[in-house]
Amino acid sequence: MDPLKDSARAIARDVNARTTSAAEVAEALIPHVERVDAQLGAYLELTPGLMRERARAVDARVAAGEQLPLAGVPVAIKDNMCLMGTRTTAGSKILETFVAPYTATAVQRLLDAGALPIGKTNLDEFAMGSSGENSALGLTRNPYDLDRVPGGSSAGSASAVGGFEATLSLGSDTGGSIREPAAFCNVVGFKPTYGRVSRYGLIAFASSLDQIGPFARSVEDAALVYDVIAGKDPLDATSVDREVEPAAGALREDLRGVRVGVVKEFGLGDLDAASRAVYEAAYADLVRLGAELVDVTLPTAEYGLATYYLIAPAECSSNLARFDGVRYGLRVDGADVGEMYERTRAAGFGPEVKRRILIGTYALSSGYYDAYYLKAQKARTRIAEDFARAFERCDVIVSPAASSPAFRFNAKSDPVTMYLMDYYTIPGSLAGLPSLSVPCGAALPEDGTRPMPMGLQMTTPLFTERALLGYAHAYERATMHAEKLTPIVILSPPPVIPSPTTVILSLSKDDQR
Amino acid sequence: MPTDRIDIRHVARLARLALTDDEIATFGPQLGSLMTHVDALAKLDTENVAATAQVVPSRNVQREDAIRPETILARDVVLQNAPQVQGPYFRVPRIIAEEG
Repeated sequence: MDPLKDSARAIARDVNARTTSAAEVAEALIPHVERVDAQLGAYLELTPGLMRERARAVDARVAAGEQLPLAGVPVAIKDNMCLMGTRTTAGSKILETFVAPYTATAVQRLLDAGALPIGKTNLDEFAMGSSGENSALGLTRNPYDLDRVPGGSSAGSASAVGGFEATLSLGSDTGGSIREPAAFCNVVGFKPTYGRVSRYGLIAFASSLDQIGPFARSVEDAALVYDVIAGKDPLDATSVDREVEPAAGALREDLRGVRVGVVKEFGLGDLDAASRAVYEAAYADLVRLGAELVDVTLPTAEYGLATYYLIAPAECSSNLARFDGVRYGLRVDGADVGEMYERTRAAGFGPEVKRRILIGTYALSSGYYDAYYLKAQKARTRIAEDFARAFERCDVIVSPAASSPAFRFNAKSDPVTMYLMDYYTIPGSLAGLPSLSVPCGAALPEDGTRPMPMGLQMTTPLFTERALLGYAHAYERATMHAEKLTPIVILSPPPVIPSPTTVILSLSKDDQR
Repeated sequence: MPTDRIDIRHVARLARLALTDDEIATFGPQLGSLMTHVDALAKLDTENVAATAQVVPSRNVQREDAIRPETILARDVVLQNAPQVQGPYFRVPRIIAEEG
């Protein structure tokens, strides 16, 4: 047993069988994470005290005869989700000192299922970003190349699982914030159907799009988390009251008879040659597994970005109005209450958040509503209709999860260039569809020295999570791409090599190509 | 490039956001460029298309008007995150001017 590398399923099985204890898992993880995170920066705050406390509680429950689906499994929580008694910052100076007075439903369900919280992970401020670089509180690195971004906005949650600092983590996805960093960090990232997972206790960004979902090192582990967190919550009126079919034990091993839609508008022509080869091989593997490739079209997909960059900022400008220096967070004094608001928000929000608040305020302002927000909501209907039409011809739609592998820090300084990273993930978000990214190989970036992981995005109709996870599982089991790469942050204690950078060593065969 | 298409100062006032001159100089062109990108939407035919209100089928839900104790926070817990308190209240700067 190695609690640093084992799957969630294996850890839970061993803890439930009492061949190991949650306490032992916690004691193995804590020093490891403290050491590795000095390099990765995945966490904003570690919670070893809470982890030990929960471990004792889990061991007591198991000793009393309970079997818990996530018994003793170390999890990391994106820091836009409340965990009572811990700082919950959303990666923003405006919430730097905020201590959550209650626990988010999704987080509570993980704890009730026996999971052990390691800490709160870094993110683009208020989940606004595609690289992780917009956090006001820390820098998170990619575990496969420390000079590259982990992706965003769930930067730390992806980096922690990819870098073996957590077995599982929770992220949130508004326009790709789980799927894109999952692709960059060689892990599975899964966004369920909008409304499947309660948003109670999630700091709101764009309420009609936000959805919580898991990161894991296998589809099976992602399914295990989904089974625990999905389902109606009386505390979130938008959570869907619809039966959740357990997915973890029902994942298929092949793709015989499955019609896989390849979207004309998501052609591989814009990718560089190395990335294109990865996806061409992935599509060929799907066929090898018995799938039939079907050409489908999403004629309105090209409007996805424009639609999203009206709707999401509009909702953000409304949601973030609550940060006014009165009830929580930062306050900067002013001569009167108006000046206090303006100074507080000026000092508390970073540039990307300000940009989006300004875009959203403009789009919603008097005289522009019909031309922008209303138009975008109509475009959103057309995008959803296109997906529905495509799903008459196929069972699952595949595409790249991102338009490139992880890039270097500061490589995309123009906001619109950064927004283009979400080209493939946004249309499915606008339609509320379940969607995931599964590792599908690696490509050597033109400016890189190590092959960087890439993700295959799979998207299915509303509420078909079990089928989606099944397709991804079949593909993953047949290809096992994630295991062909090793994170640059080594897993065992550093060997004795007389160099100050001994922990930065590569071990994988791929790395020596 | 319509860099001054958006009156940034006006929008910032609506958003209760104080901006520096540098920010105005940076955000102006950036927002102009984004809005130019967004203009492409005008080409999409949305005649007779209903605006999306909800992506998943849902209807209005009513619940019993009952207290949920698990959602109620004690006053001291709520005030603990406040930047300034006075007794059991949030303290804020003057809102109404004194009469001259």
